[in-house]
Amino acid sequence: MSENSVSITAADFKVDGSVKWCAGCGSFSVLATIKNTLPLIGVKKENIVFVSGIGCSSRFPYYLNTYGFHSLHGRATAIASGVKVANPDLSVWVVTGDGDSMAIGGNHFIHIVRRNIDVNILLFNNKIYGLTKGQYSPTTPIGSVTKTSPDGTIESPFSPGELVMGAQGTFFARVVDTDPKMMKEVFVEAANHKGTAVVEALQNCVIFANQIHNEITGPDVKHDHQIYLKHGEPMIFGKNREKGLILKSNKFEVVTIGENGITEADIAVHDAHDPMHSNHHMLARMGLPEFPVALGVIRAIKQPVYETMLYEQVAMKKASAKIKSVDELMRSGNTFMINGE
Amino acid sequence: MGKKPNIVELEEVVVKFAGDSGDGMQLTGSQFSDTSAFIGNDLSTFPDYPSEIRAPQGTIAGVSGFQVHIGHKNVSTPGDLADVLIAMNPAALRTNMKWVKPEATIIIDIDNFDDKNFKKAGYADDPLNDGSLEGFNVIQAPITELTRATTSELGLDSKTADKTKNQFVAGILFFLFNRDISIGEKFLKDKFKSKPELVKANIAVLQAGFNYAETIEAFSTTFLVNPSKNKKGLFRNISGNQATAWGLLAASEKADIGIFLGSYPITPATEILQELAKMKHLNALTFQAEDEIAGICSAIGASFTGRLAVTTTSGPGLALKGEAIGLAVITELPLVIVNVQRGGPSTGLPTKTEQSDLMQALYGRNGESPCIVIAASSPANCFDYAYKAAKLALEHMSPVILLTDGYLANGSELWHIPEVKNMEEIHTNKVEDNHADYYPYVRNEETLARLWAVPGQEGMRHRVGGLEKADITGEVSHDPMNHQVMVNKRQAKVDRVVNYIPEQEIIGEKEADLLVIGWGGTFGALFTAVTELQDEGLSISLAQFNYINPLPKNTEEVLKNFKTRVVCELNMGQFVNYLRSKFPNYDYKQYNKVQGLPFMISELKLKFRELLENK
Repeated sequence: MSENSVSITAADFKVDGSVKWCAGCGSFSVLATIKNTLPLIGVKKENIVFVSGIGCSSRFPYYLNTYGFHSLHGRATAIASGVKVANPDLSVWVVTGDGDSMAIGGNHFIHIVRRNIDVNILLFNNKIYGLTKGQYSPTTPIGSVTKTSPDGTIESPFSPGELVMGAQGTFFARVVDTDPKMMKEVFVEAANHKGTAVVEALQNCVIFANQIHNEITGPDVKHDHQIYLKHGEPMIFGKNREKGLILKSNKFEVVTIGENGITEADIAVHDAHDPMHSNHHMLARMGLPEFPVALGVIRAIKQPVYETMLYEQVAMKKASAKIKSVDELMRSGNTFMINGE
Repeated sequence: MGKKPNIVELEEVVVKFAGDSGDGMQLTGSQFSDTSAFIGNDLSTFPDYPSEIRAPQGTIAGVSGFQVHIGHKNVSTPGDLADVLIAMNPAALRTNMKWVKPEATIIIDIDNFDDKNFKKAGYADDPLNDGSLEGFNVIQAPITELTRATTSELGLDSKTADKTKNQFVAGILFFLFNRDISIGEKFLKDKFKSKPELVKANIAVLQAGFNYAETIEAFSTTFLVNPSKNKKGLFRNISGNQATAWGLLAASEKADIGIFLGSYPITPATEILQELAKMKHLNALTFQAEDEIAGICSAIGASFTGRLAVTTTSGPGLALKGEAIGLAVITELPLVIVNVQRGGPSTGLPTKTEQSDLMQALYGRNGESPCIVIAASSPANCFDYAYKAAKLALEHMSPVILLTDGYLANGSELWHIPEVKNMEEIHTNKVEDNHADYYPYVRNEETLARLWAVPGQEGMRHRVGGLEKADITGEVSHDPMNHQVMVNKRQAKVDRVVNYIPEQEIIGEKEADLLVIGWGGTFGALFTAVTELQDEGLSISLAQFNYINPLPKNTEEVLKNFKTRVVCELNMGQFVNYLRSKFPNYDYKQYNKVQGLPFMISELKLKFRELLENK
């Protein structure tokens, strides 16, 4: 961390003017957490860029005093790719939603992940189209009644984590908007990750999908329905930390510590750095009621980063090329001196 | 050895090479062009290849062509009709018979003229015996057989050996045009420098072709095209796409801002991406995106960071980029969009030329969304207009659409190599850190361009985006009057570009019976047709537009003083309708063609004569 980080605080990122999300929207807590996170990532405030697409969450850059670009529906990842590749010194963040990145921007999403460009993607997943007032999205659970599915959806939803793994992603994490402490820890890890870091934020839309994540975030159930994964630690959850995951025949199973001779030593240890993604895939896919929902950093592996390799090529080409200017280029190869009459 | 043939000196010659797509016709054509340039001829070339990569051998669909026009006099087009046709098989002959002059020399590879190939080409009978070649000077050369004989002892496999037969043709042409064969040998040494066995085989076949032509006495006359009489200086042969890439590089060096090209491969624009991908040492970054939209969006992202941002495409790709161009319009970021036009609509004719996208470039976006639109008019001046596009984008903080076309992109001509130090200066709108009173929409008073603060700069943090913004401050604004103000300012900014572009030239008298009006890539044909008629004493002038939006200041002056105006376009009338909307008080006649082909000089002259007679 540079000394610069000492001198900036959340207040540096405040903008004048009101934040125009609905009262009770989950985006407020993500915004507040980002303001608390940015001073911790060791980057000058002038070197931070937030790029967003279209949707409720994509208004984010207007509410944060960094360089910001509110772009087109679905295209934030493409624009952010250009920003980061053009200037790798910048810390580039994408703010997107489930419609923005999973539907209209699905193509750009998988390709930024595949290229492993060092951009942090905050994917606000409220499982609904909010800005257009309540149509189903690619992450809406099957059977949901929305304005465009009056008889229930008949589409199988995407799980963002699975898409990330399928696209050879190097970092995937999940957080809930109700837990700022967890969000901050995970956002810092995402910022420090070299490569595309996708953080799915399960976020509540108070108007069109209120309490959509209540089974995960509700105060009564959250301890039993969430598991906060940390690399190198046993995968334990429950109000009294009495439950855990074991790996049996390459599948996870929920067990209770103290029952059937299970001790804490039997609980599987989370390895976020495992280059194979089969366990990460299973963890990302886990869902109620059989499993708790996995939160925290599920996958974080080291892989070459697109722009690092690109600038290595640039340096090599500059070192080896005989042609150093456009004048030299234009005079290279076959040229002809013509002496007209 | 035969007796020395007569040598006839020619002002100009058109040679067409045609064969299967695997026959090496593009290579032989380039070799012939380079040799011509080496000895100082003016030249213009155009390849004509199928959109299939390797269509079935011997079929019409598989014919690949390359036309070269060389001159002692200036040449501005690849030529209407060929003086010499090389046809490597019956399909190549059949495809090209309508493009040769009466009494042309036709060189065929007799070894491919058999029943099987007649059938593939759709000939009912042997064209050598059905009278269709009467009046032509047909040379029936056993090209395949003699190539194999020449290479038999060089240890090449038969497939590789057969690939050298284009050099047999080249050898014949070196003889026919009285050229020094060592120039051709040098071309081959450069071309195959890492493969000495190919150099050896190709040179052997080249010499065999030359010796064959010298020996057979079929060429009672040979030709000499003397060096260009008007050109002086250092030249190279350059295609439109290469010139476009280099023009962008020159602008980047001049402005001292690295290029970022976000692009997706599409015919006929891909070579620009390929060319710039090789130019990392000259500060060009290329990003091959997942689609056309990501191509332009990545470029817009790069523009936001202060790069010279470019995206390259062709018609269908421009359609996909429309929304993002609107984003560049409202965020007022510099961006060059190169659109290499091709036949449309939809996938249309990917390898054929058409002035298809003028309306799309001008109007193909939602809302009031003005862009600067300019068009190149020859392969070599793609360099100048690419440079100008970058300059206008950077100086006026606006997207600029540069229109070229398949004909310019793939065609080539001699180009007088410039020096970067003599090119126009480029002044960007970048500002220093902690600039006092910076807001995103503070503008340069003259140009109305906004200031360009970029991430990384201290004290300049700001937000841009696709929502309408308040004047000056750049806050999101839904205020009705503010929207009107911003729409007006964006329009005025583009309108004011008129003060930074040259006036429209007229080739010929400023007052005459007929004004021929064209734009972009049709220049060569229109110029040749008009000047030839002027030489005959006809009252005709040409105005070829390169600046489309805004139009040059003096456009109305240009239009005014003619009895008749005819707008010639390779579309159904896009520019003429634009002129009608801008200058409704004038009457415009039209000459339109949409066949995927450039104008022929002969058809233009016919039309102009007709208009002059009926004036």
